[in-house]
Amino acid sequence: MSVEMLIPIAIIGGLGLFFGVGLSFASKKFEVQVDERIKLIRETLPGANCAACGYTGCDAFAEAVAEGKAKADGCPVGGAGVAREIRKIMGTGTEEGGSPGEKDRKKEEEGQTARVLCGGTYDTCKAKYKYEGIEDCDAATALYGGPSACNYGCVGLGTCVRACPFGGIVVENGLARVLESKCKGCGLCVKACPKNIIKLVPRYSKHTVLCSSHDRGLVVRQLCDVGCIACLRCVRICTVGAISMDDQLAVVNPQLCMNCGECVKVCPTSTIKQL
Amino acid sequence: MGLCEVITGKKKFHGGIAIPHCKNTAQCETIKMGVPEKVTIPMLQHVGEPCKVLVKKGDEVKVGQLIGASGKYVSAPIHSSVSGTVTDISKMVCMNGAYVDAVEIKTDGRQEIHESVKPPSYHNDAELLELIKGSGLVGLGGAAFPTHVKLSPPKEKVIDTLIVNGAECEPYITSDYREMVENSWNIISGIYILKDLLKAKQVLIGVEDNKPEAIKIMTNIANTSGKIDIIKLKTRYPQGAEKMLIYALTGRKVPSRRLPMDVGVIVMNVNSVSFVAEYVKTGMPLIKKRVTVDGPVVNNPSNVEVLIGTHLSDVFEFCGGFKEEPYKVIMGGPMMGVSQHSLENPVLKFTNAILAFDRKTAESVKKESPCIRCAKCVQVCPMNLLPLFLNASSIRRNTAGLKKYNVMDCIECGCCSYICPAKRHLVQSIRLGKVLLRKEES
Repeated sequence: MSVEMLIPIAIIGGLGLFFGVGLSFASKKFEVQVDERIKLIRETLPGANCAACGYTGCDAFAEAVAEGKAKADGCPVGGAGVAREIRKIMGTGTEEGGSPGEKDRKKEEEGQTARVLCGGTYDTCKAKYKYEGIEDCDAATALYGGPSACNYGCVGLGTCVRACPFGGIVVENGLARVLESKCKGCGLCVKACPKNIIKLVPRYSKHTVLCSSHDRGLVVRQLCDVGCIACLRCVRICTVGAISMDDQLAVVNPQLCMNCGECVKVCPTSTIKQL
Repeated sequence: MGLCEVITGKKKFHGGIAIPHCKNTAQCETIKMGVPEKVTIPMLQHVGEPCKVLVKKGDEVKVGQLIGASGKYVSAPIHSSVSGTVTDISKMVCMNGAYVDAVEIKTDGRQEIHESVKPPSYHNDAELLELIKGSGLVGLGGAAFPTHVKLSPPKEKVIDTLIVNGAECEPYITSDYREMVENSWNIISGIYILKDLLKAKQVLIGVEDNKPEAIKIMTNIANTSGKIDIIKLKTRYPQGAEKMLIYALTGRKVPSRRLPMDVGVIVMNVNSVSFVAEYVKTGMPLIKKRVTVDGPVVNNPSNVEVLIGTHLSDVFEFCGGFKEEPYKVIMGGPMMGVSQHSLENPVLKFTNAILAFDRKTAESVKKESPCIRCAKCVQVCPMNLLPLFLNASSIRRNTAGLKKYNVMDCIECGCCSYICPAKRHLVQSIRLGKVLLRKEES
């Protein structure tokens, strides 16, 4: 082996050794302290980065929780289950807010889903005018309340579709529909809807009044085939008193509903649906 | 400045467009329309809080009777324009999407006047303001801002100039022009009342130079009364917009997100000024409106004095009906007006024109195509905004961008949409941007 070969080996090897020692020293000396809990919290979160919590994503939310800026139950997608896990990690106790019973806990863990409370498609609900502007529900709503004859009805231009980070909403025949298998219950569509007809309901709730109109029954009948006409039949038939009238509109209380389906049978306009 | 000559405005605002005037009805003297069979009077005909209905189904009402009021300051009371029976209190959707009560009245044709209508008297400014508030007056140029709010600037703001807006820059509309020709003395007496109220030092009346007769008549009257200057303005859209008019007449620029009162100016439409004089004389609240009825499919285009609440179909019928089924009916001018979804919509306080178009004329609104960045919208924007960026921000719901490009400064004059070669819905997207920003702020 000649000297010409040994010199470069020595130089490169020496440099390698020098930087190696330097770097290992620096990594010990300038180590950044990472809160272990952030990593743990991040792992319990759903990881959808939907920003429904108000932070830019799951990482930011985990950090905020660890720093005490955000509450443990701040993630609407994760719901009560994730909140309990986070409380465990944070050491703030698992029993905060009382201990839920086994049945309630199960219901709670099923979480929430968004539901569009309107049944007015192009076929069932009359049109007010032909809309030719920007594809945006807010823009259409600013023009005489939107192209649908019903002032409470779905505009159908897909602002909720674009707001959903999970691809969980579709617009079919002028009516938005939530695909409940994809919905995580983050509530971004609820905020986006200019008509306020998307609501978060518990997943176990199977019977819903698919209408949001507070118009008089006579007016609803003129405008829409599937609107609630406030005939009170469902209120009378319900044995557990789960249905009440809120200003000309039937509302089902999911906490009381036994899912017997009697209301669906008596509704003359098929506004109440079993999902 | 001498009193006998017509003064020409020297300042020219940035941007704007030259558009066909189409003032077909300029020579049509105002004709009074009779009492329709039925009127619908919605409870929101102004900017601000909707009124609450004060009558109920089955009530007898008389002309000038108060039927709607709200306790809020930024609001204007609503009076019955006819005598008859209230047949229903229904819900009605307004232009901006608000869902409000509307009083339907079946008329009896007698037009009996309510006992509250009598010539009012006032002794000081506060009483006069209260009177104007009670008259239900809103900006009759089309903005519908309650006049009593405009006329009560905070104490620290000194108003030195009253500008009377007779520019009427929108095509087709001639209702302000007819007011200047037919009721010029009323305008002058209204000016004196308001000038005393505001303690303004000078009064300027701005009229576009495509209305020579109005300029002549107003100048003659102003000569005999003095201290009022008629200023001839170059005809250019949107010359009649408040901020453009202030600049053209005084050279003052209203800063971003500020009001004319911040530069010592109050602008009033000729019709509003004239109404103040009329009201002080007779005490009859705002129940009728001069409306220009025009458009290629209307048989007899004319200026009609219409009772507020009259359905559009009745007004068109009065003007000889349609030559053919209209494709689009617009309330207001073609630049800023809103197309109507039903001929059962009523005439409102601020309606100055109803126009009916055939398919050929109205279908010039084509499908939009991508922005080619020609910057024509930037050139014509009288507010020096960048409509193309506002459009992009609105569509992406980017509120930070909307704030950055000052979306709230837009006066929605429509120049950008008019000039855009890609036919983009610029004004609509800007309106959307304003909605989004307000939503975020609330």
